[in-house]
Amino acid sequence: MDFGFTIAAYAVAAVLFILSLGGLSGQESAKRAIWYGIVGMAIAVLATLVGPGQGLWLLSLVLIGAGGLVGYQLATRVQMTQMPELVAIMHSLVGLAAVFVGLNADLEMGRVAAAFGEAGLAFPRLEEASLEAMAFAKQFTGFAAIVAKKTAVEINILKVELMLGIWIGAVTFTGSVIAYGKLAGKVDSAAKKLPGGHMLNAGAAVLSLVFAAMYLGGAGMWTLIVLTLLAFFIGYHLIMGIGGADMPVVVSMLNSYSGWAAAAIGFSLGNDLLIVVGALVGSSGAILSYIMCKAMNRHFVSVILGGFGGTSGPAMEVEGEQVAIEADGVASALDEADSVIIVPGYGMAVAQAQQSVSELTKRLRAKGKNVRFAIHPVAGRLPGHMNVLLAEAKVPYDIVLEMDEINEDFPSTDVAIVIGSNDIVNPAAQDDPNSPIAGMPVLEVWKAKQVFVSKRGQGTGYSGIENPLFFKENTRMFYGDAKASLDKLLSLIE
Amino acid sequence: MPGGAVNRNEKGSDKVKIGTPKEVIEGEARVAMTPDSALQLQKLGYECLIETGAGLAAGFTDAAYKEAGVTIKKTANALWKDADIIAKVRIPTDEEMGRLTKNKTLISFFNPGGNEAGLEAAKAKGANVIAMEMVPRISRAQKMDALSSMANIAGYRAVIEAGNNYGRFFTGQITAAGKVPPARVLVVGAGVAGLAAIGAAVSLGAVVYAFDVRPEVAEQVESMGAEFVYLDFEEEQQDGAATGGYASVSSPEFREAQLAKFRELAPEMDIVITTALIPNREAPKLWLEDMVKAMKRGSVIVDLAAEKGGNVEGTVADEKVVTDNGVTIIGYTDFPSRMAAQASSLYATNIRHMMTDLTPEKDGQVNHNMDDDVIRGATVAFDGEITFPPPPPKVAAIAARPQEKVKELTPEEKRAAEVAAFKAQTKQQVTLLAVGAALVLTVGLVAPASFMQHFIVFLLSVFVGFQVIWGVSHSLHTPLMAVTNAISSIIILGALMQIGSSSVLITILAALAVFMAGINIFGGFLVTRRMLAMFQKS
Repeated sequence: MDFGFTIAAYAVAAVLFILSLGGLSGQESAKRAIWYGIVGMAIAVLATLVGPGQGLWLLSLVLIGAGGLVGYQLATRVQMTQMPELVAIMHSLVGLAAVFVGLNADLEMGRVAAAFGEAGLAFPRLEEASLEAMAFAKQFTGFAAIVAKKTAVEINILKVELMLGIWIGAVTFTGSVIAYGKLAGKVDSAAKKLPGGHMLNAGAAVLSLVFAAMYLGGAGMWTLIVLTLLAFFIGYHLIMGIGGADMPVVVSMLNSYSGWAAAAIGFSLGNDLLIVVGALVGSSGAILSYIMCKAMNRHFVSVILGGFGGTSGPAMEVEGEQVAIEADGVASALDEADSVIIVPGYGMAVAQAQQSVSELTKRLRAKGKNVRFAIHPVAGRLPGHMNVLLAEAKVPYDIVLEMDEINEDFPSTDVAIVIGSNDIVNPAAQDDPNSPIAGMPVLEVWKAKQVFVSKRGQGTGYSGIENPLFFKENTRMFYGDAKASLDKLLSLIE
Repeated sequence: MPGGAVNRNEKGSDKVKIGTPKEVIEGEARVAMTPDSALQLQKLGYECLIETGAGLAAGFTDAAYKEAGVTIKKTANALWKDADIIAKVRIPTDEEMGRLTKNKTLISFFNPGGNEAGLEAAKAKGANVIAMEMVPRISRAQKMDALSSMANIAGYRAVIEAGNNYGRFFTGQITAAGKVPPARVLVVGAGVAGLAAIGAAVSLGAVVYAFDVRPEVAEQVESMGAEFVYLDFEEEQQDGAATGGYASVSSPEFREAQLAKFRELAPEMDIVITTALIPNREAPKLWLEDMVKAMKRGSVIVDLAAEKGGNVEGTVADEKVVTDNGVTIIGYTDFPSRMAAQASSLYATNIRHMMTDLTPEKDGQVNHNMDDDVIRGATVAFDGEITFPPPPPKVAAIAARPQEKVKELTPEEKRAAEVAAFKAQTKQQVTLLAVGAALVLTVGLVAPASFMQHFIVFLLSVFVGFQVIWGVSHSLHTPLMAVTNAISSIIILGALMQIGSSSVLITILAALAVFMAGINIFGGFLVTRRMLAMFQKS
């Protein structure tokens, strides 16, 4: 089969991929769009398999099949609350694959160079290549054939691309593994740094540059390996230094990196589809990171460097006390309310309370009450995490609203129920210029006539910031595990 | 212990005792301890005593107390002697003060501002006195704010008393026997009592107007369903929060404007309830004789400030008087006592909360912590010293600090701002484009054409990606991540191209990459489909 056919197939696949991302603008079109993505991937893989330079297609198919089986198991078994972990660990696979492919490219290059050397020909080829060399290059297939035709400048560019691909891929790999560990609770989610902090990262980055220069100067494969190890360390240390509350940014950032790694590898392999898809994924992740940072009113750099920015003075004195309430009090307030807004957070995911929330919503709606959900962009540990959980529990998506859509409605709302969220409903972000989260857009639940906060205990939550909402006069604390509390509440609401 | 002292029990029994005597003032039906509150007090580790028959007027029998584990004392004398802490309602009489001894704590209304003799007596005896009316008005202390809980009752009862003396319906009705207009009620002073009166009158169906010198309460008034009466008067009002949430004295000009407004309203009102009080002062006269005269025959005025001289000219404390033009003026001062059962249970709860704060360890031992704002504020005599008046509370404000008004922009200013924003945006975009173009051109100068071909594809893809992704709905961000994750395993193409290499190492690495990418492709797409299938419309 001709190379032209493969490129044509790639073009079709690229269009399909763009359509599959564009289709995510709405819930209904997304269901169609996902098929575009699947078909695009199938076309791309098949075209490569039948295209020129591919050997061992049977082995490839078997491996894809085996991988598919594992992927199927993962995808069907995963709990919706574990989505962040799954996404993180899958990013790591892309990163590692990029590292392997990059290393391979270097090995292949070495092999081609050796072959040329044996034949007594110059490699990389000169600008005016001899016919002999051209003829010799023909014996190579696949990637090796491309390498064999390159000039010295092109080989150097190829090396730069390779290093970029490997380096980003390696950072993505260890970063994602650590992010997975933090999200799954296997690694302490608090921000931790080795002594030396950012200096270690900077040092590793500088060393990376040194080894990169050595590799370009022809120091050999070992420099590439060292480079990979340095990148592994940076990925590990960077993500270790970022706290649990910033995970939405981290995951979308790693998503972006996995795309850039693919694009860099695409350059080195001269494969346009890789470049297109890598760029799409890279920019998608970058936009997500941007949206998440904006929702927290923080700079991307300060998130990546870890920890909250310094405060400019003592936090405002919190006055009043937290008043507790029991299920029957909440039930009677809900009974009298006409409009209810529920604000879910990570606590709901942890307690697996989404089904109970859904049931509560159903019962309240059956009584003719206006029940809606307010979702803060950074609620949960993944962009859009809450939407997925609520969808899983069969909460209709048209009553699930974004912060900007619903924030103005709180003053006319009878009851706001906060389930397991903390910083995203913290009035200090607006009132206290000294608060670490000052200026972060928050859901103004305290403007509702009454607020119930379902919370495990009196702690300050992930970020360790005191929340004056809990001390407001119209706030009642509904202590206990979110699911247990809601189930108790459900038994009182018929 | 700094500023604190522990009450020790010296009479054999190991528990500190809280006792409540029968109120001695004629007509007082309230009692400072109910069987319910006694149960709670015992949980704090105290023993409870009560004088026989103390709760009878409020509907609590000795038997009910006994059931709650309270020891009944035969005489007031025995009770005062045994109890370490005495909780009562009314300002103690001289005889009662005489029974106080050192190390005893009295919790009661005390009127420390006008009860110098009482303070001196407490000082001489070395007893501690907590005056319930001195509890600071901060959110934390609301649960023990007895003035508020009594005012709440007074407000409600004022409406009931008014209705009792008013010969018509509150609510407007159209019946077969004719049309009945709704009663028009004016509430002067929208404090706790005023708001309670508004609530009660509104729920009876009356049309309610309310006035207060603090304009910031207008919102509360309106939230209760009444109409706030605004004055046409320009003056920087002192924020009520600066004086601990109470009203302060107003300027003569303001007062004139206020009286003019009342004069205008007087003929239209059927019921007037006045609740205006200024701490430690005579009640201001707000409803003058001419206004009373201007009212319709059969109208009713309830003056809740009667005890402090009354807001209405013609009020006689503790009396109901009918004027020559047939207006009834009610000047009772015992509204809470007229609802003794309700008042007692609220007051007893206030006392119980006070004890909870005095017993942080819940060990039945009083820790009279004079560093605590609330306890310090309420304590008027401590350890042989008069501690009244208290220092001003450290934390100010019930109300939030006044919102600074956002300046309304004129259309021209708005337009100018828009143009400026547009210009800034254009500038930013042009700069960005120029820098980007320069960068691309620089790369093009050094890089060979084969690289630039791919580079164009890359740039365009980034561009397309940015355009497309902004359109993705926020709620679909998780599926977006899953699907981009799936398609980023397009890296499999690279591995597929390498797997056929003649080098074994390359083949192994490529095979691993193919396997991992395979996991991702299937896992990513399947999980996305699973998620998307869950999104349902209602």
